[in-house]
Parts: sequence; structure tokens; C-alpha cells
Amino acid sequence: MYNDKVMDHFFNPRNVGELENPDGVGQVGNPVCGDTMRITLKIKDNRIEDIKFRTFGCGAAIATSSMVTELVKGLTLEEALEVSNKQVAESLGGLPPQKLHCSNLAAEAVHAAIQDYYKKQGLVVSDDNGSSHDHSTHDHSVDDESSEE
Amino acid sequence: MSSQPNAQRQVYLDHSATTPVRPEVLAAMLPYFAGKFGNASSIHRWGYEAREAINDAREKVASLIGASPSEILFTSGGTEADNLAIRGVAHARRSRGNHLITSQIEHHAVLHTFEVLQKEGFEVTFLPCDKYGLIDPDDVRKAIRKDTILVSIMHGQNEVGTVEPIKEIGEIAREHGALFHSDAVQSAGKIPIDVKELNVDLLTLSSHKIYGPKGVGALYVTKGVRLTPQVTGGAHERRMRAGTENVPGIVGFGEACRLAKAELPEESARLTKLRDKLIEGLLNEIPDVVLNGHPVLRLPHNVNVSVKYLEGESILLNLDRMGVAASSGSACTSGSLEPSHVLLAMGLSHETTHGSLRFSLGMSNTEEDINYVLEILPPIVEKLRAMSPLGPGSVL
Ligand SMILES: Cc1ncc(COP(=O)(O)O)c(C=O)c1O
Ligand code: FES
Repeated sequence: MYNDKVMDHFFNPRNVGELENPDGVGQVGNPVCGDTMRITLKIKDNRIEDIKFRTFGCGAAIATSSMVTELVKGLTLEEALEVSNKQVAESLGGLPPQKLHCSNLAAEAVHAAIQDYYKKQGLVVSDDNGSSHDHSTHDHSVDDESSEE
Repeated sequence: MSSQPNAQRQVYLDHSATTPVRPEVLAAMLPYFAGKFGNASSIHRWGYEAREAINDAREKVASLIGASPSEILFTSGGTEADNLAIRGVAHARRSRGNHLITSQIEHHAVLHTFEVLQKEGFEVTFLPCDKYGLIDPDDVRKAIRKDTILVSIMHGQNEVGTVEPIKEIGEIAREHGALFHSDAVQSAGKIPIDVKELNVDLLTLSSHKIYGPKGVGALYVTKGVRLTPQVTGGAHERRMRAGTENVPGIVGFGEACRLAKAELPEESARLTKLRDKLIEGLLNEIPDVVLNGHPVLRLPHNVNVSVKYLEGESILLNLDRMGVAASSGSACTSGSLEPSHVLLAMGLSHETTHGSLRFSLGMSNTEEDINYVLEILPPIVEKLRAMSPLGPGSVL
């Protein structure tokens, strides 16, 4: 089902975990199947110095998470904001059609983490089609469900 | 799927999806492809040979479920048998009533057929189940009405293995003059079935779940019940299912039924032991694992658990790499991206359906297979949980 590159990122994911005292945190939920990705960032001189992810999701979700961390590590924030879902999927050599939506999580989570950083710095949040609002709603629903258990 | 660099064993634990054709079955089928190739409707020797073979198979299938051979119709599988039973009754009895009863946890072959009938104007009640996946006969009693023409409740649930109280449900249907259909694709050959004792009027069987070939099944139709054919054509199968018979397939199915019946008591006890060992091992060796389905009223070959904080596909890919085949009710594995309707009907949270794993045991499985799964799964879960943002100590 998945190509070798996807499998490699799935079985040997890069940058897994959670950074301590992160400069930015982004968490997004996937409205299609309900999966969750969390990104923590360390930012220095406007560049992504370190990045880690945690993902609750399918093989493609984990592989795209891993891929996006590799893609954006070392980039300036502006450059990282340019990285798209499509680019992540392409860097992996493609995904099965029914799994394309999984790649949405990856770039969105990075963008959300950068927006979070901007907000914490008191910088103006760039008007990014208002989707950051959606993200926070998803955050809450995830919160609620996990505390129920 | 992937290559399996780390597999020390090959362990197939997906027998509810399908089973291999066993050698005895294959041997019985082989003469009917080229040598004895006749059309069972023909008058000559070739036709006679095919007819005899089908009659013989019909006896064997009937014998597995306590029916008489004339009550068995061969179909192209469980799906067609479900369709024929449900549409066939609904269309034949429309003048008597417009109400149908089924449950929310049926196989899609049943569920989607009722949904189509609903669009055709039938009124359909989809009964809920409890947290173990059990249908309450009292709910059937409350739902049934004067104009109810058909009740369809499955025997053994294919995902969670719960065995439904169909004898009681059949009795209620009978008291109210409704016909009772049950899908026994997963239970046949695994637990004893006697259609007369179980008060069933129509029963669905499938060959490929009991070591027979794919593309063959049967519908038991009790004497005196007429169905509106869904496949029209020649006068095959008592005019209720047209089409030249799949002779090799039917022969294989018959042999599979004969062997299943002969081996049932022993094999069922053996599988139950392996099943319970696997369930116990999973619950004991992996934290935050819950059993799905009923602990006791359960098919002997079904294990279904949810591994909390994880998604099923990611576990299946890791298992596959280690040579183990299983399945999941996770939205991410479903193609439709909907979680299992069965687990949702049982009241599982979306997240818990995500981490569901089904292991379905069969003939080839041994205690060593179970030990192997119990050895390799805990580290897989640990590795994936370290990657998950969810968890008991989660930062969320
Ligand atoms: C309960 C149940 N009913 C029906 C079917 C469909 O049978 P078949 O694959 O022979 O069409 C299956 C198999 O997936 C099943 O598990
Ligand atoms: S994250 Fe659910 S299908 Fe990929």
C-alpha cells in the first residue's frame, strides 16, 4: 500500500517526542478521521532550531509528520510557513489517494506552532485564512475526550 | 504489503476475513474443473455427474445446520445469500406488511440491503446493542408489530465475536408471524447450529470462512417459504436463484461443511483455549487494553481488543512486518474513513475504536503462534505510544 520511503519514515520516524519549554506548540486534529498531531518548536534567530512531533494516527499520518519535521528543520519561519501539505506528500514519493488527507495534518501542525510562537512573542498573527481558529476548536475536543477516559 | 525483514514466523490471524482452501477441499474440487465439467441442467452423462455432485454437496451443507437438502439454495456467497433472504422476503411479502427489523451491528451485506429497502419505502427498525454487542430479545419484542414481515439478526458478530440470542429472537418473530433470518457466516462450523432448534426460517452461510473456496455460499430457506428471486433466468435452485451452478465451488463448499461438522467439537474447544490465552495475555501484558465483545457469549475464534491511545493501522503495519496478520475497526483502515459501525453502536469512543484490533484464529494456529504475538506486540505498542500525543500521562 505504501511506498518504501513512507514505510521508512513510518518505521524509523525522525524527531519524535516533545521539546521541553518549547517556543511554539501546534496541535491539530484531522476532521476526516479524528487523528491528532502535536508539534513543538525551538526557535532561534527566526529559524527552526529544533522540532519534535507526536502523532496519533495511521501509517501515513506518522510518516508525513516525520517528513515535515525533516523538511522544516533549519528553515526560517517564513520559509517554513511556505511548506505545503502537497510538498510533504511529494517528498515522500506520494501517498495512496485515500491517504492524501493525512498529509494535511503535518504542514498545518507546523504552521500552527509557528503562529503560536508569533502570538507568544506578541507579534501580529499573519492572516492565515482563519484556520488557526479551527485548530483550537479541535484541540478542545481532543482534550475533552481524553479526560473522559 | 511490506517486506518482512523481522518476521520469525508467519502467523495468520485473520480467519474472519477469509481462510485458505484446505487440501481435502481442493482435492474434492479438482475433478470438476476439466474432467467432470458438465452443466447440471443437461440431460446427458456429463450433466448427471454434475447434478449428483451438487446433490451430494447440498446434503453435506444441510447436515451442518440440521436442515434437509431441499432447504438449501446455493449462491455466489454470503453477500448474495443475505441479499436474497432480505430482498426476497421483503418483496414477496409486501402485501402482508411494510415493517422490517434488523440491528445496527449487522454485516454491511445486511445493513446496506435494509438501507436500500428503506429507500424503496419499507419502514426499517435498526435495533441497538449493549456494550458487549448483545441484542436484547426484549427490544425485538417491543419493536415487532402486526405489519412486521421480517426480522434479521446475525448469529455470530464478525468483528467482536458476540453470539446473539437468536433462538429467543426467532421465537418472538414466530409468535408474531414474521419470518426470521440470521447471518451465520461467522458462526457456522465454529459453534453448533440447528436451524429447527434455533427457530430460524432463513440462514446465510459462506464457504470461504470455513476453508472452502471464495464465491460460494448458501441460503437455508425453511420449507414452504417463497422468495422473490433477485437473480432471474433459468429454473435453477428451485426457481429462486437462476444461473448455471458453480459446480467445483459447490463441491468444495460441501466438503468444507462435512469436515467442519466432523471436527467441530474438538476444534471449537481447541480454539476457545487459544482465544482465551490470547485475550488474557493481551489484557495482562499491555497496559490500557480493553476487550471488545462479550467475555463468554463469544465465537471460539474471535479476539477483539482496543489498545488505547493508538491507531489500528499503525499497529497492523508493525505486526505485518513481524509476520502477523490481523485487522482493525479503525477509521483509518476502513476505506470509507468511518470507524467501525459495530464498535460505535457498542458505545466505544471514537478514540477507542481507533485502537481496535481483531485477531481471528483458525486451523493453522498453535499455542506457539499465540506466544509469538504476546511476545512481539507489547514492544510495538510501547514504541507507538511513545509517539502518540494521547495517553494517561498525556500533556494535553
Ligand atoms: C457476517 C458476514 N456476513 C456476510 C459476509 C459476506 O460473505 P461473502 O464474503 O461470502 O460474500 C461476511 C464476510 O465478510 C460476514 O462476515
Ligand atoms: S490519519 Fe486516519 S487515515 Fe491517516
